[in-house]
Amino acid sequence: MSFEAVIGLEIHIQLNTQTKTFCSCSTSFGDKPNSHTCPVCLGLPGALPVFNEQALNKGIMAGLALKCEVAEFSIFARKNYFYPDLPKSYQISQYESPLNKGGYVLINDDEGKKRKVGITRAHLEEDAGKLIHDENPKGPSFVDFNRCGVPLLEIVTEPDIRTPDEAYRFLQAIKEMMQYTEVSECNMEKGELRVDVNISMRNFGDQGFGVKQEIKNMNSFANVKRALEYEVKRQTKILRSGQKLIQQTRLFDVSKSATVPMRMKEEAHDYRYFPDPDLVPVTLTHDQIERIQNSLPELPQNKRERLKKQYNLTDYDVEVLCSSHKLANYFEAAANGYKSPKKIANWILSELIRVLNERRIEIDDCKVTPTKLRDLFDLMDSKVISGKIAKAVFDDMVESGQSASEIVEKKGLKQVTDRAEIVKVIVETIEENEKVVRDYRDGKKKVFGFLVGKVMQKTHGKASPKLVNEILREKLES
Amino acid sequence: MGLNECTLVELTEKLRIGEITTSDIIRDIESAITQDEGNKYPLNAYTSFDIESIEKEIKSQNKKEDTLLKGVPIAIKDIINVMDTPTTCGSGILKDYISPYDATAIKNLRKNGGVPAGKLNMDEFAMGSSNENSYFGVVRNPHDRKKIPGGSSGGAAAAVSANLAVAALASDTGGSIRQPASMCGIFGIKPTYGRVSRFGLIAYASSFDQIGPITNTVMDGAILLDAVSGYDPKDSTSANEKVPCFRDFVGKGLGGLRIGIPEEYFGEGLNSEVRDIVERGIKILSEANASVKRIALKYTRYAIACYYIIATAEASSNLARFDGIRYGTRFVDTEDLETLYRENRNIGFGDEVKRRILLGTFALSSGYYDAYYLKAQRARTLIREDFKEAFREVDIIVTPVSPIAAWDIGELIDDPLQMYLSDVYTVPVNLAGLPAASVPCGKTKDRLPVGVQLIADHFNEADIFRVARIIEEGEKGAE
Ligand SMILES: [Zn+2]
Repeated sequence: MSFEAVIGLEIHIQLNTQTKTFCSCSTSFGDKPNSHTCPVCLGLPGALPVFNEQALNKGIMAGLALKCEVAEFSIFARKNYFYPDLPKSYQISQYESPLNKGGYVLINDDEGKKRKVGITRAHLEEDAGKLIHDENPKGPSFVDFNRCGVPLLEIVTEPDIRTPDEAYRFLQAIKEMMQYTEVSECNMEKGELRVDVNISMRNFGDQGFGVKQEIKNMNSFANVKRALEYEVKRQTKILRSGQKLIQQTRLFDVSKSATVPMRMKEEAHDYRYFPDPDLVPVTLTHDQIERIQNSLPELPQNKRERLKKQYNLTDYDVEVLCSSHKLANYFEAAANGYKSPKKIANWILSELIRVLNERRIEIDDCKVTPTKLRDLFDLMDSKVISGKIAKAVFDDMVESGQSASEIVEKKGLKQVTDRAEIVKVIVETIEENEKVVRDYRDGKKKVFGFLVGKVMQKTHGKASPKLVNEILREKLES
Repeated sequence: MGLNECTLVELTEKLRIGEITTSDIIRDIESAITQDEGNKYPLNAYTSFDIESIEKEIKSQNKKEDTLLKGVPIAIKDIINVMDTPTTCGSGILKDYISPYDATAIKNLRKNGGVPAGKLNMDEFAMGSSNENSYFGVVRNPHDRKKIPGGSSGGAAAAVSANLAVAALASDTGGSIRQPASMCGIFGIKPTYGRVSRFGLIAYASSFDQIGPITNTVMDGAILLDAVSGYDPKDSTSANEKVPCFRDFVGKGLGGLRIGIPEEYFGEGLNSEVRDIVERGIKILSEANASVKRIALKYTRYAIACYYIIATAEASSNLARFDGIRYGTRFVDTEDLETLYRENRNIGFGDEVKRRILLGTFALSSGYYDAYYLKAQRARTLIREDFKEAFREVDIIVTPVSPIAAWDIGELIDDPLQMYLSDVYTVPVNLAGLPAASVPCGKTKDRLPVGVQLIADHFNEADIFRVARIIEEGEKGAE
């Protein structure tokens, strides 16, 4: 008997707003604990929430990108439960009337065929605080409420995903989309994207559902994939042996690369959702939604197809370039109007990505702007510098932020194209390497490269390689 | 006559001409409180009256501009946050809580020259109709100290009535301003839901709670409401409506005003003495050229059930934050989280609060939500429609406030259902979000005050002040 996995995801994405969902505290990450708090996000008696319009607009933007129907009427509900990181003892979320419903995302299945993953809903809610436990298990616990009240979008998918790889690709697609629309930065290290998965197995071809297992709170796509792979194996083994699965909530233990049951009471939580009486329903006009629809930027899939055609790039080029809208935009800004965009793409994919990785910086922080990169290309094209020198100049640009021409000027890196000067160096080189020259003239043609190297050395790499080749051959043959 | 016995109108005039200072008024209030404390049965109207912090308030008052209140001290029900003062909500769980911020109503009060002075006793978290549910003890009725003052703003009503405060800011969720005002023989108005910001008012039931004044005269009520009303961007349920100058309507004639008398409010359960007094009030109005019309509010009988489901549901969630983790009193020393929650809330809350939390938790539980909470919401809509319909025909609806005058302390404390039923005439107003006031209209044979309730359409407090002043004058004439 063969089984197939039925996988659904719940993804929490932090919206990149300046202020929290219901108060004016900053959402800035990594600051002194409890430095971004006020009576509202601390849940002090009498404090009331006021909904942040920026969070609403980002929520709508996300819904539109996910091809959802954006509700003209949605309401906030209270999800009631006790926990020390939850100061009001309820989380403001959306339940019966979410902001976005019924969308889909297109991904490639494992055979490379396009396939739709349904989006059940994408609703707004606030984050909780963060518990910090003492190293000593008997020691105290602390709560940092800086994150408390930060706006989240919870995306819930239909159980349309069939393999761990599909799940991985789906998450990648969601992340790209949220970054393209600037709904979220999806910075996983900062916990801006967290994933819960539901997975069950069924006989291949069945329409029903098996017993579902929930794996909670993963913050890396690789872990999601590994957790799912582990579950597929574990569940298949249990089912093959004829045993039954029990519904469970599990956690992914990175050190064991395995899922383990979560220690919690098995009783089902009753969150007693009800509409939050402190907030009024969110009402949107058709025009408001349309305005955001019109401001929706080009989405990853469309961008890939367009760049490929417009700039004559390969699948691989656009795959990597468009994995970040910032990289793709950088490429377009640099390549716009340039005669061979492919060269620029190659440069970005090799040199630019190399320095970003080496320096662990984002493209926004790179001192070489697209215009500056174009200047560098212009210097190469007009033979002022060679490709090899260009790489060194580029590194210098990244470091100093100066323009290519400034660096070339300052360091005297201009390519030597003066025939007489090159002739002079070549004559010198021939005199100094009599034996090698003799070898060449005796037919050992491969020492030619050695001599070119010597010439380049003498000119500190600045001599035009083309001219060196031409003149050296001329002199040796004569 | 002590300054504590003066009206706001008299005090603001004396302050304006420089005859007295705020400290003079406070001195007279303080000596009245001290005198009351010597009584065999003190009223116990305050949870705190700290001279030192009041002196600080006086020093920091708004003297830059010519203000409406000119430095008059206003006592505050202990459910409204006043910065740097204890804000206990009448609860053990908040007995040591000092608020770090001002409610918007308090900010407005300060801006208009009011000086917050003393916090008033109340039923714990505003849950109660008798002020017997306070961690700080029972409040007594100044007209008969063996009787309850009404609730939940019993401290406010008793203090104003006994001149231990010149005026008070209180809150009304199901009658908490009107019922004690009626029982203590003074004026109290619950404005339209949304008229006064709820920011900083500790929530009992968010979709009902509303701040309003309790005062000795109708004019004082208008002045105080003028001082605290207005749209607040910090309260999403606050109404962005123009606020008329309410004091301009006090003393305006009734020519052409239409009064509605709903039969459902005069049926079984209404004490005959109370009925007589309310009917006398109606007579005063018809003699003042108002037209009187019988109307029907046919869904009234669902109001009590509907109110006690929705209000307790909201309360069960609103009060969940009192867990002793971040603020408030921590009663137990334990390393177990669940024990901390359970014991802290068990010790910290009184019986009535626990009863309502349980009731509300039940109403929201899965499997019961539709049958209780949702159904109650539907009933609420019907009750609202009922009033809407009625206000097509009339301008003011006149009813009793409470079916009976003040009862004995302890009389109903073990019969919560009977106690809930006594709110029958006040809760429909909160369900519909309407403004309503209680105006003193006479006394029973036992010299217990009885008020009439005046209900107006949304944002039409102005007509309430017109009518209330006529009854106030008429009733004084009768005495
Ligand atoms: Zn805040």
